Parts: sequence; structure tokens; C-alpha cells
Amino acid sequence: MLDLRLYLLQRISALVMAPLVLGHIAVMIYAAQGGLSAAEILGRTQGSLGWALFYGLFVAAVSVHGAIGLRVIAHETLGWRGRVLSGATWLVFLFLLSLGARAVWAVTVP
Amino acid sequence: MDVSVWRGTAEGAFQTFQVPARDSQTILDVVAWIQQNLDPTLSYRFACRVGMCGSCAMTVNGQPRWTCRTHVKKALKNNKIQIAPLRSLPVIKDLAVDMDPFFDKWVRAEGVFHPSKTRRDKVEALAPQTAARQTADAGIECINCAVCYAACDVVAANPDYLGPAALNRAWTLVNDAKDGGYDKILEAVSDHGGCHNCHSMGNCARFCPNELSPMTSIAGLKRATVKSFFKRKA
Repeated sequence: MLDLRLYLLQRISALVMAPLVLGHIAVMIYAAQGGLSAAEILGRTQGSLGWALFYGLFVAAVSVHGAIGLRVIAHETLGWRGRVLSGATWLVFLFLLSLGARAVWAVTVP
Repeated sequence: MDVSVWRGTAEGAFQTFQVPARDSQTILDVVAWIQQNLDPTLSYRFACRVGMCGSCAMTVNGQPRWTCRTHVKKALKNNKIQIAPLRSLPVIKDLAVDMDPFFDKWVRAEGVFHPSKTRRDKVEALAPQTAARQTADAGIECINCAVCYAACDVVAANPDYLGPAALNRAWTLVNDAKDGGYDKILEAVSDHGGCHNCHSMGNCARFCPNELSPMTSIAGLKRATVKSFFKRKA
């Protein structure tokens, strides 16, 4: 159910996420400590290619990682297999990607 | 003591027998005593009785064990013993399971020797102290008893998964200088039911009667398959 390709995607997406999670937590603490308002935050992120790439990559990695993780649970716990399993994996991936992409778009596009 | 034994196939029930307790009594002794003294129709499998052949594995009080080397004293709970067939394999009758799926997976994992020389070549000298040989040696004492296979929760949840024993065998061949099937083996264990499905829970290593660690072998296969993937790309 997991071949080498999916295993690699899962491990690489985890590798990508690890520093991004730390960066995300650091940003949250910084924003909350400094008492930044929503408008001040948007003022820094909108039009910023750096933040778009940071959170864009984060969203892509989360979508891949979450979809493969749920695929394993769906197979081992619910017994899904074949096309249903592949379809569900893709659906979760696209769902997470669209939710995340929408947020990244809203925060970074001026 | 009270001994309840599984009777039937996938459908069936436990039947309770009264068995006299003896010194140095093994679980296999208990099963044999029931078959010889109480019910000759009880089916089970054994051969060597000394922990070499891997025939007599059963589920004893919920845990997979080699019954010929498991003392009753060690397994007894409240003066009771429950003996069932191994998990994750089809039951033929009573305590005997069909080992075909287990061995089919050895073949699927390329757990067969791949000759690399002809009879005209010199026999290769193997230095026992090389790292690869020591890695192979760490896994070759497997007796094919399927205790790890029955202990593995991934096998139970995913019938396609090759399982700890077959993958451990593949890993010993990957590290064997005499074997010529390196790429073939790595390809076989990278498929859908392959080594990448292991969750590293370690039930295999916990229950292996020979104290091998198939989990470590599988981790080795994961590393080797990833390395070879990037080498091929480069």
C-alpha cells in the first residue's frame, strides 16, 4: 500500500515541514508578543514573495504528508484498497491543498 | 491446570482440558499430552522439539511463542493456559495453520539465493569481520517459525505486507557477498506490500524466539532502497 515513491514523499515532506513548523511557531510567538494587529501582519505579508513561498511550501508539504498518513490509516483500519484508496488519497491531498492555498492567497496577495 | 485449546478452523471454539502439571513441562508437552491421553483428533504441528525447525509456533495466552521451548511456568496465568493457532494465517484445523502465505511472501521478497558464479569459478572467500557480513550474520539465525509474522500488527491490518521474516531474509541476502540479486531484491521490497509499510513498532523483535531484530533489518532495507533510488537518478 506504501511503495518506495510514497514513502519518499512522506519522508521528504516531513523533512520540509520540520524547519517550517519551527519558523511558523517563532512567527506566531513574535506576532503575539509584540502585539501586532491583523492589519499590521497583513501589511508585512501582502506582496511579500518570501512569505508566499514560506507558507506555500508549508501548505504543499502538509497536503502531501497528511494525505499519505491518512491513506495508511484508511487502508489498515478501514480496509480501503485499490482505486477507492487512491481516490481518497488524492481527494484529501486536493482538499488540504485548496484550503491552504486559499489562506496563503488571502494573506500574501495584495 | 486448566488448558483451553482452539478447536475448528476460522470458525470454532475453545475446548477446556484438565492437564496434570509436571516439572520442566513445555507448552508442546501439554498439547502432546492432550492428544495422546484425552483426544487423539487434536491437530497440531511439530518436528524437532528443540527449537530448530520452526514448526510448533502457536498463540499461548495471547502471545505468539515457539511452544517446544516455552515452559508452562513462564506462560501460566492464574493456573490457566489458552492455546490458539498463530494469528494472520489461515487455520487448517485446531492448532495447525497453513504456512503457504508466509512462504509465498519469502519468494515475493526475493528471499531466495541468487547465484553469481558458475562451478568453474573459485569459491569466494568470506571475511567474517566485514561490516556487511556481520550485518548478514545478525539475521541469518531465523528458523521460519512465523512468530514475528503473527506478532506483527501491520501484517494483521494489511494482508499484502510481506512481513518481518521475509524482509529480514531479504536483508541478509542484500548483505551477502555471494548473492547476486542486490537490485532485484531492493526492487521486490520496494513494491506495494514492501518494507516501507513497516511502522517500526518492534513486535517482531520483541517476540522473535531467537532474539533477532527483523525491525532493524527492515530499517536497513528502507535505507538501502532510498540510497539506490537516488543513485539511479544521479
